[in-house]
Amino acid sequence: MTNDELILVLTEKFPDATIAKGNQYVEMTVTAESLHETAQLLKETETFSFDYLFCLTGVDYPENMGIIYHLESVKHRHVLVLKVRTADRVNPAIDTLSDIWITAKYHEREAYDLLGIHFNNHTDLRRLFLEDGWGFPLRKDYVDEVRIVER
Amino acid sequence: MAFNIYDFTTLTHDIHVGLAESFSPVLATTIEWVIVGVVYLLFVALFGLFLVYAERKVCAAFQQRLGPTRVGPWGLLQTIADFIKLLMKELIMPRKADWFLYNLAPFIVIIASFLAIAVLPFAPGLQSLDFDIGVFYLTAVSSVGVIGILLAGWSSNNKYSLIGAMRSGAQILSYELSVSLSLLTMVVFAGTMQFSAIVEGQRDAWFIFSGHIPAVIAFVVFLIAGTAETNRGPFDLAEAESELVAGFHTEYSGIKFAMFFLAEYINLFIVSAVAATVFLGGWMPLHFGNFESFNHVMDFIPPVMWFFMKVLGVIFVIMWFKWTFPRLRVDQILTLEWKYLLPINLVNILLMALVVLTKFHF
Amino acid sequence: MSEIKEVIVKTDRLATDKYQVNMGPQHPSTHGVLRLLVTLEGEKVLNVQPHTGYIHSGIEKMCEAITYPQIIHLTDRMDYLSAHMSNEAVALCVENALQIEVPDRVKYIRTIMDELTRLASHQLWWCVYGMDLGALTTFFYGLRDRELILDIFEETCGARMTVSYNTPGGLMFDIHPNFQKRVKDYIKYFKTKLPEYDQLLSGNVIMRERTEGIGYLTLEEAIDFGVTGPSGRASGFSNDVRKHQPYSAYPLVKFNEILDHRCDSLARYEVRIKEMWESISIIEQLIDNIPEGDYALKMKGVLKLPEGEFYQRVETARGEFGVFIISDGKKNPYRLKFRSPGFSNLFALNNMAKGHKIADLVAIMSTLDLIIPDIDR
Repeated sequence: MTNDELILVLTEKFPDATIAKGNQYVEMTVTAESLHETAQLLKETETFSFDYLFCLTGVDYPENMGIIYHLESVKHRHVLVLKVRTADRVNPAIDTLSDIWITAKYHEREAYDLLGIHFNNHTDLRRLFLEDGWGFPLRKDYVDEVRIVER
Repeated sequence: MAFNIYDFTTLTHDIHVGLAESFSPVLATTIEWVIVGVVYLLFVALFGLFLVYAERKVCAAFQQRLGPTRVGPWGLLQTIADFIKLLMKELIMPRKADWFLYNLAPFIVIIASFLAIAVLPFAPGLQSLDFDIGVFYLTAVSSVGVIGILLAGWSSNNKYSLIGAMRSGAQILSYELSVSLSLLTMVVFAGTMQFSAIVEGQRDAWFIFSGHIPAVIAFVVFLIAGTAETNRGPFDLAEAESELVAGFHTEYSGIKFAMFFLAEYINLFIVSAVAATVFLGGWMPLHFGNFESFNHVMDFIPPVMWFFMKVLGVIFVIMWFKWTFPRLRVDQILTLEWKYLLPINLVNILLMALVVLTKFHF
Repeated sequence: MSEIKEVIVKTDRLATDKYQVNMGPQHPSTHGVLRLLVTLEGEKVLNVQPHTGYIHSGIEKMCEAITYPQIIHLTDRMDYLSAHMSNEAVALCVENALQIEVPDRVKYIRTIMDELTRLASHQLWWCVYGMDLGALTTFFYGLRDRELILDIFEETCGARMTVSYNTPGGLMFDIHPNFQKRVKDYIKYFKTKLPEYDQLLSGNVIMRERTEGIGYLTLEEAIDFGVTGPSGRASGFSNDVRKHQPYSAYPLVKFNEILDHRCDSLARYEVRIKEMWESISIIEQLIDNIPEGDYALKMKGVLKLPEGEFYQRVETARGEFGVFIISDGKKNPYRLKFRSPGFSNLFALNNMAKGHKIADLVAIMSTLDLIIPDIDR
């Protein structure tokens, strides 16, 4: 489906989500509560069948944190960008999608490691790269006098 | 003393007579033992050094590079430099290793190799032990080496060494069967187990020619089983660098490692020498029955040279295996032995027995 | 620390015939600093747990502090065997964001360099793969041929491996006058050498015994784990970015996407060998027809991307490499994310290696063609 057709079908199926046309792909912003259900529908419905999650990015915004999922369908070859925001930056928490796409399990561990976003119901939420007790480096307010040189 | 390069019996006879005249019989025999021991030690040391150098050059040729060229002319002194370096290394021993067994293991491996070399006929007159059960003795004695490997792996107190030693032990024990059976095939053909008689029996034609099909099959099986026996070539998972670092000799350094290393090359020599003796005629020149002039020309080359040419030829083929083929997995190695080589061997013995009984050979 | 506690707790509850072996960060056959915690029962692998992070350099954080042309130099160091393709990904992302079109000459040269990089990467993979299996001679044959490509890179770009040849708007400098001739000579030479690779390794019975039926990755698993590149295509997952979202000069060349449905290690091996042939064919189609023109557009001194999100996908030798830039209008990105192919490929290892032996584990990991700095960033 082309981007425009995709927008039409998505608006029809998910009336609560915000659907916009980005400069490359269709972008859909959902609430944190409806994330898991929406993702499940996106994978299992025949018209969408988004079975290939190719990028999971955690972002640190001034008021809260966001996660951006890039989804593709191998059958129909369309791409969707799914965005979600956490409630705040103090205890960011989101539902895990690792039961829908296995690869999300490891990408979410990375997001937890570098940004501190907690994923509910994740079976193995451990740090991936850094040691325990390290801060969360990708946050904008991360300070490290030894290793980061501010110019 | 008459030094006849074609027949060493005159030399050994002269030395024996000379010693018996000058000393008492006990002392004379003891001196003879010492001479034989020193000659063998020197030979093993020098040939071992040469083989290590040859392996590096052959390997380099297959990989389109030059190999050692800087230490000495054509890099000939490279191995000597390597061994001096090994001798000067600190002997590290893991703290929880079993001290006695850890130190004993390299010796057992070397002793097994020496015991086996003693029966090989290098030239007419150059054979120190000539049992009438020579072949049997050889296969029995080469089994002693497995003990050394298992001891090395166990006493190192290291998981990787243990895995390597277990794999190696299983492999060597299995392939002993194939080695013995293929040698048995040729014993059936030769009618004797005595090495000198086997070589004499090849005066008219080497066994690999006169024994045609069963002998060729036995030769191929022997080559495969022999490479597996020495932990070389496609069967070197016991020392597989990319999996277990160095297998059963991971924890050895310095002179002890040098002994394992040397023992491997001496075993290579033994396997090739046995192949050369039993299949390719030992020190016998290449004769073809009735072509008198051809045989006469072949006789010009001294038997010692014939022996070493054949041995080096077989060694080259075994080195070729190592640098061409990928490694087999341990279960594939054991499958190869028990499901393929063993049945082939048994059928081959029957075939050879038929050939001998019906006199269907040259 | 918690990992150590976890291992201690696990060993208390382990049965006596299961043991855990560390194929630690320093090991001759984990290609880079990767730690694998392998649970074994005898020779059989029960579980493989990769521990990454030994070479984590914080590249994504660094990129938030530097300008867009400077980011290109960092991308070399991640997947160093596909350095040029990673550079191209960032350059293309910036160019698409600024909506500028580079001259045709640039597109042709970028594609030729891409395919040469892919050849070099697959040659290194082949030589290390043979070595992991035990055929030590393959190491020298592969490197012998790769050195000639690296010499070509050195003459044109100044560096052998981490080329940094791209820049937003085009290339750093024009190709060397010898470039076309050298590449043509190399292709003629390599076409006689690639059959040697088949003679040495591909047809060998021992190699087939070690790879056929080993390391099974079904199509559903491949899509679920996001395994891209030749590893995914060997399971039937059609994911070649050069075909589905073509960039640079790829729309202009004819080539095949190599798909295989056998899903085992042998399939992953053969897909890469066939890809080498395809790369040769692409270079042959392009090398004589490089159009004249500028090697770069005139760009402003300070590049500022418009606000928004931009994603660029590129097919490296390992799989789909993605650059995701979130820009807030300044000269540094607000957030830059690299989608690395190795990260997704690595975690499929457990599924593939379960039930096989240790020797197979090494062989399977080798067919995945992992580069650890690519995973750790």
